[in-house]
Amino acid sequence: MTTDPATLQTIMSIVPKLRAFAISLSGNVDRADDLVQETLMRAIANIDSFEPGTNMQAWLFTILRNRFRSEYRKRRREVEDADGHYTDSLVSQPEQTAKLEYKELRAALEKLPSDQREALILVGASGFSYEEAAAICGCAVGTIKSRVNRARNRLATELDVKSIEDFGPDRNTRAALAASDRR
Amino acid sequence: MTEKPKGPDPTMNNNEAVAGAKPRSGGLDRQVQAKIGQQLRAMYDEVVDQGVPDRFVDLLKKLDGAQSTPKSEEESR
Repeated sequence: MTTDPATLQTIMSIVPKLRAFAISLSGNVDRADDLVQETLMRAIANIDSFEPGTNMQAWLFTILRNRFRSEYRKRRREVEDADGHYTDSLVSQPEQTAKLEYKELRAALEKLPSDQREALILVGASGFSYEEAAAICGCAVGTIKSRVNRARNRLATELDVKSIEDFGPDRNTRAALAASDRR
Repeated sequence: MTEKPKGPDPTMNNNEAVAGAKPRSGGLDRQVQAKIGQQLRAMYDEVVDQGVPDRFVDLLKKLDGAQSTPKSEEESR
């Protein structure tokens, strides 16, 4: 059975958002793109289970989120077996994160528990309602709200309040570092 | 219903911290939260603005082709 062109078009239009979500979750462009690829393959293979008229974006995000969760658990076990620090290994791969802007923010996101991170991204960046985010994560709306709140508070603590004007695109960070090096 | 909570006021226990010019609640916190929200969206939109990499355009064509007849896959190349 062929996917109808309109559906393909819709899926294609959501790919940039899927990538942004995947990169925010994983902190790694290459892993994120693999995740998006797996998501698209699953989506096309299971397109019959998508109910026309419902939210295609939420459906795709749910697939990606579930892929990430199962892969994350698997990888964490593997890496913890190796050196015991999954998070550290993520942030210490400069060649893979070099392409990403907003380094400090991404590093702070990495430090959040994954359930808080996904809730914050879905509501605070992807623009889903609490209800939609709850459906994507398969939990109660109240749970999403409290995760988002905890994530926000933790990020605020993580990102030093004093440097709030500095954190952001890397060119700013680089400029600040360069300036302090010259002193 | 009481108008004010009778429990210890957290700010009363942290006079030194508050005097240290870094209040944990109120205006500054809201500013920080707004800034974080803004940065989160900017970070996200930066990726969204990159559009669809060729890799995924090709993949979707291929996946769709694989579902239909092999002939249509030929034509799409």
